[in-house]
Amino acid sequence: MAGLKDATAIVGIGQTAFGKQLPENEKTLACRAILAALDDAGIAPSEVDAFASYTMEETDEVEVAKAVGAGDVTFFSKVGFGGGGSCATVAHLAAAVATGQASVGVAWRSRKRGSGPRPWKNTTVQLPTPAQWTRPYGLLRPADEIAMLARRYMHEYGATRDHLFNIALACRNRANQNPAAMMYERPLTRDMYMTARMISEPLCLFDNCLETDGALACVIVSAERARDCRQKPVYVHSVAQGLPSQHHGMVNYWNDDPLTGPAWTAARHLWKQADFGPDDVDVAQIYDAFTPLIPLSLEGYGFCGRGEGGAFTEGGALEIGGRLPLNTGGGGLSEAYVHGFNLINEGVKQLRGISTAQVPGAGTCLVTAGEGVPTSALLLRGA
Amino acid sequence: MTESEICYLSPVIDDDGAPFWRYAAQSQLRMQACASPACGELRFPPRPCCPHCGSFESEWRLMSGRGRIWSYVVPHPPLLPAYAAVAPYNAIIVELADAPRIRLVGNLVASADAALNSVDPGRLRIGAKVQVVFTDVDGVTMPRWVLERP
Repeated sequence: MAGLKDATAIVGIGQTAFGKQLPENEKTLACRAILAALDDAGIAPSEVDAFASYTMEETDEVEVAKAVGAGDVTFFSKVGFGGGGSCATVAHLAAAVATGQASVGVAWRSRKRGSGPRPWKNTTVQLPTPAQWTRPYGLLRPADEIAMLARRYMHEYGATRDHLFNIALACRNRANQNPAAMMYERPLTRDMYMTARMISEPLCLFDNCLETDGALACVIVSAERARDCRQKPVYVHSVAQGLPSQHHGMVNYWNDDPLTGPAWTAARHLWKQADFGPDDVDVAQIYDAFTPLIPLSLEGYGFCGRGEGGAFTEGGALEIGGRLPLNTGGGGLSEAYVHGFNLINEGVKQLRGISTAQVPGAGTCLVTAGEGVPTSALLLRGA
Repeated sequence: MTESEICYLSPVIDDDGAPFWRYAAQSQLRMQACASPACGELRFPPRPCCPHCGSFESEWRLMSGRGRIWSYVVPHPPLLPAYAAVAPYNAIIVELADAPRIRLVGNLVASADAALNSVDPGRLRIGAKVQVVFTDVDGVTMPRWVLERP
């Protein structure tokens, strides 16, 4: 079977500024990010023949293709489940390019979450069917749903708020190195964390991601073509999606084992296709809408054993120079929350050697999408 | 604002879930079970067919109404207005004594008609034994939970 392994590469990345209340609309931001990514790759917009984004993306491919001046488009795809879709956009384009359905793919995400209403407030969309079992009881927001898992996780394994702080701190420290991050020049201390207002106990303000306006995009071509592009290629080494047996979006509580979420399913497939394992990952960009997603993901992707995710964060393990430098642009917690797309582009920056918090000699990077929902993941490899 | 004047979100009931709410209106906690004699597995949330054997035959089995707290959260604003009015309140997950892998989201209250914030959050504890009670909220009978030893 012809696999996807290293068959394609990310050759261009682009982003807009991140902030609250950016003046431009989502379509304009999307076009800016896409054109920046194509310029980075040295590829003309007229060569683009594939697009992929999230089902929650509100700028559609018809509008985007028309605005940026794409050519005839022969592949387009949208991936569901909010932040679970991020890495899958790249995975779908990699599959399309590797199988000859298209030659130049663009994945993008544009969002004005910093300006707009919170998605969970839209109860007409949220309440029907599965939400009949949760929302009436006041389990209203993603933070409440993940806090429920976090409480159980802490109870079963002795994980503490200090462990969650370690995660928030690692992301904030990296954002403090990244001038593009929303939390640049805004350090976090343990005292700030421990005295912060609660959002859904046991989660406080700093356990929750930012609310951001901004857009990002990346360009995928075949490995063969990548050799002639402007930038050093970053190979898409392995890809996976994951929807576990008996999963129920956000509230994995009806699964036999709610603490082994979609990360476990995606990880099994991801590693099966790869030439290396968790011990060989130099840097990780792990979806961090909420801090508890990190220990759950560290376990799911095999960086530590079951129940060891909290302890893994001790001793600076997630900092630069630690065992697994995490979210080196600042992540969703401290760089920008654009449904995880900034994690993809940051992975590319690491493997090009241009991150603002560069891991010396980084050659491999794990990027993950939202845990707690049907998810996706990428293993990237430097040239 | 009294508890009866608060407009909480009402469940939007689908075909699969309708029997659950119909039985709740009779103060019964019933769970969907496969009616195939060779299977009989419980399942939640309700759905058209059995994920274990594929049978479309189902029945609604009466539960004892006893359970234990599996996890809980205490939400604080920003919240929808009705919930912000009683915040911080609790939301809990109850694992049923009869079927520990069936877990229901609910609220722990001091008595059936008491407010969502009627139990001191300090009394919430994973493993605490609870008993179902039923109360009318805007015309829908909602199962809620009280501590077995208040």
